[in-house]
Amino acid sequence: MYAFDYIKATSLDQAAKLLSEKEEAKLLAGGHTLLPTMKQRLAAPGVLVDLSGVSDLRGIAREGDAVVIGAMTPHGEVATSAVVRAAIPSLAELASVIGDPAVRHRGTIGGSVANNDPAADYPAACLALGATIVTNKRSVAADDFFTGLFETALEDGEIVAKVSFPIPDKMGYAKFRNPASRYALVGVCVAQKGSTARVAVTGAGSNGVFRWKEAEAAFATFDPASLEKLTMSPAGINGDIHADAEYRAHLIGVMARRATAKALGKRL
Amino acid sequence: MPTLSMTVNGKPVSGEAEGRTLLVQFLRETLRLTGTHVGCDTSQCGACLVHIDGKAVKSCTTLALACAGASITTIEGLARDGKLHPMQEAFRENHGLQCGFCTPGMIMSAIDMVNRKGTDLDEQTIRHELEGNICRCTGYHNIVKSIAAGAAAMGKEGLRQAAE
Repeated sequence: MYAFDYIKATSLDQAAKLLSEKEEAKLLAGGHTLLPTMKQRLAAPGVLVDLSGVSDLRGIAREGDAVVIGAMTPHGEVATSAVVRAAIPSLAELASVIGDPAVRHRGTIGGSVANNDPAADYPAACLALGATIVTNKRSVAADDFFTGLFETALEDGEIVAKVSFPIPDKMGYAKFRNPASRYALVGVCVAQKGSTARVAVTGAGSNGVFRWKEAEAAFATFDPASLEKLTMSPAGINGDIHADAEYRAHLIGVMARRATAKALGKRL
Repeated sequence: MPTLSMTVNGKPVSGEAEGRTLLVQFLRETLRLTGTHVGCDTSQCGACLVHIDGKAVKSCTTLALACAGASITTIEGLARDGKLHPMQEAFRENHGLQCGFCTPGMIMSAIDMVNRKGTDLDEQTIRHELEGNICRCTGYHNIVKSIAAGAAAMGKEGLRQAAE
């Protein structure tokens, strides 16, 4: 790692000010992506502004018809939160399959959505549930937030403060894990609310997380059988040493049906 | 270089650290607590696990300065009055190690597991919870046996939170 100055922020305003004043500054959340990236010298910020001391960025609350999770809340807290388990149990389950127990003690939801790794889990939940990402400046719909590989709508000096998840009638997440990295080789999140269903795919798209609108339209009734005749084209799907595009495209269909079955409390 | 203070194994400590100094470097090189190991240095293997404020964390992926004021427990802080912690004793009794390199992380992970999941751990739970700890010698079999036995022993001795 190259040398840098470390500053522990005590408030969101202070962090935003540091970020705008210091050109080479980057934010540090849980650090479980940024620090490994810096060790490999793929990133070399001159200043790291640590958000772990900003206490109002951490916490989980039920606010009306939504579950609101502070950006610095670690995955382990989401996975075991009584509030999340009661309102959106499969969101807790999604958090429980990120990384491993020690990683979940440290990695945060804010870091995950701001980094927008194409194989991360939370972006799929954000898109499927129609979440709102609240920053220090504005609120952004998930549909407008994830703009490409490691790219988001965040502007300079903008910091994710919390994520608000509308409570669905049903949600299911099915993840085919890379056994070494534990990232999603393919992950599909399906959520149903009233007469609409949303399907989001992570781990597969060459442009990052995306909604599978053909699948959303195919739900005549909300069950896995509605998706059986659909096929996903491998065009625009990632291929790598772990899985080629054809295999990943096939897995998307399988994971979408499994996620739907899980949302209905069944197993496929 | 900034000076850093924290509590390690119940004792207040301080030392100098750069921004880029990792917690594991601070523990090993500054405090000379070399029981915490660096295996992969990429947050995969778990050899560097320590407890920060009671929770297992990979110290190779944590900045030392971020731990100012925190309470850290390492493998050196488990034994009491010359007597091994029940989880350490269980690894010894059950031959839960061969080369021993991963063992400090395994034991810190096992105690964290008991703290979160209780003292009655079945094989499936243990194997699943160990996904962040890699051992290249044992094939895990005796590690799993050790953790089940150590967890039960912690329950008997009422030592669930003993290390913290």
